[in-house]
Amino acid sequence: MKYTLSFTLNGCEVDVLVKPNDTLLDVLREKLQVLSPKRGCDTGDCGACTVLLEGEPVRSCLTIAMTVAGKKVRTIEAFTSGEGKLHPLQQAFHEHGATQCGFCTPGMLLSSISLLEKNPKPSREEIVEAISGNLCRCGTYLEAVEAIEAVANGEGKE
Amino acid sequence: MGKYIGQPIPRYEGLGHVTGTTRYVDDVSLPGMLYIKALRSPVHKGIIHSLDVSAAVNMPGVAGVITAKDIPGQNAYYATDQPVLVKEHIRYKGERIAAVAAVDEDTAQEAVEKIKLDIEEQAPVFDPFEAMKPDAPKVRPEGNLWEFNSGRRRVLRKGDVEKGFAEADEIVEHRYVEKMNDHAPMEPHVAVAYIDENDRLAIHTVSQARHFHLTQLCPVFNLPISKVHLIGGTVGGGFGGKNEMQCEHVAGVMALKLRRAVKFRLSRKEDLLYSTKRGAFVFDYKSGVKKDGHVTAHQVRGVHDIGAYHTMGEYAVEKQCLYLAGPYAVPNVWYDGHAVFTNKPVASSMRGFAVVNVTYASEIQMNLLAEAIGMDPWEIRFINAWRDGDTAPTQWKVVAAGLIESMKKAAEMDGIELPEHLKAMSSRRR
Repeated sequence: MKYTLSFTLNGCEVDVLVKPNDTLLDVLREKLQVLSPKRGCDTGDCGACTVLLEGEPVRSCLTIAMTVAGKKVRTIEAFTSGEGKLHPLQQAFHEHGATQCGFCTPGMLLSSISLLEKNPKPSREEIVEAISGNLCRCGTYLEAVEAIEAVANGEGKE
Repeated sequence: MGKYIGQPIPRYEGLGHVTGTTRYVDDVSLPGMLYIKALRSPVHKGIIHSLDVSAAVNMPGVAGVITAKDIPGQNAYYATDQPVLVKEHIRYKGERIAAVAAVDEDTAQEAVEKIKLDIEEQAPVFDPFEAMKPDAPKVRPEGNLWEFNSGRRRVLRKGDVEKGFAEADEIVEHRYVEKMNDHAPMEPHVAVAYIDENDRLAIHTVSQARHFHLTQLCPVFNLPISKVHLIGGTVGGGFGGKNEMQCEHVAGVMALKLRRAVKFRLSRKEDLLYSTKRGAFVFDYKSGVKKDGHVTAHQVRGVHDIGAYHTMGEYAVEKQCLYLAGPYAVPNVWYDGHAVFTNKPVASSMRGFAVVNVTYASEIQMNLLAEAIGMDPWEIRFINAWRDGDTAPTQWKVVAAGLIESMKKAAEMDGIELPEHLKAMSSRRR
């Protein structure tokens, strides 16, 4: 049995047929071809599947798809404008070398974006806490923290 | 400082990473693509008496099942000792026996569970020292010790260690035990295979070693290199684990049989349990040192637990010959290195494998030798550091030695004031 799920994805209304046990990650990746959330562990441990649900970072692999009905979901695709202009955090991650293999990057960026949307001047401890659920096996944590600090301190503002 | 040296350079693929547009293998989907799940051995060691896949084949949603007899070429890769799908002898828990392609992963998994497997469980051996005993269960018919060209151990002899021990004022013996590690890259193993528009077998791969793997896959598929197209280059973390194939061969055989696009991806659990590991090592060091700091001898026995198949086990033990005395001029070196098969997942490359393992042991050994003669650990390293023209344990002649200069720089960067007589030393002269 499938049900129609309607929600707002990156500013667009979408309707999609889903099974009751489909996760949001299944729906985004396998049905809607929104590929920036990654399937790293599929058990809520690694954070590579992080998306923003009503502004809050959530693990889409643990989110039953039907529960986002009528809600706003954003992935990293939402933050690059049509002219290819990057979000300041995307720019800072790039410039600070906060990516290596890149598999954790979309998720870590979304956790960072959510942090600065709520708390534009976080302490270093708050930054570390905000990205603590996003594992990076390459070990780019230091560069990521520096990139987020740089944006919080005004770098990348016009 | 020039245009590049000392300047920050953005990663060339960094924009793709920060915009989420980098395409990894699991991001590839093709029309009508099927999903594969594998039947894996539930036992560590055993013999397959019968395998009945009919219930899986006949299940709605299943497109096909492959077993060892569906492999078009040789059912072996790497040192041609590791089967793609096991026909008879199980050597570690989780070995692939059969694979099912179905419309989705749930259906494929359900079909896998319908396969009837009659397997006779045998006593496994996990401890490499147990495996080395003559009456141990045999992981391999030829025995549990890899056959080097110097026999069932890698033999290295430089000088005379007994003479070195006789000249020493202190002898230090120590055992170093190192465990297995998993690479745990964020991206699990995955492959997508299909027959392309030019009738080539195309495989999207997470391989870190594409050309190396191409030459291993062609005999499995019984295809010339011109008929196999390995598409890769974007890897979501490898750390050596993707020098080894977990999915490419199975996906390729399935695509050849069904002439459909297939995706085979490992769950995190499968990836952790069954992919290759950094192998475990044990080193027993016996070393001699004079009161003036000169190391006179290292006698080392190494045991490398390589798991059920060979892959890079021999290479790991060979590499240790060069590194087991560190970057130091030690006149007498004796090494017996063993590569031992056990009923465990296969040991292979991981981040400087074998080198960092033996260096961990040899550098701690240097500290223990310094302690034994009451010398500063910096000083013993300066005294013994390679100079140009010294010989390594393998008789390789050292050129462009740089340890002394590197240590001086490291001390300076760490704010350590070295004594003048060490600062006066150079790699150019002893």
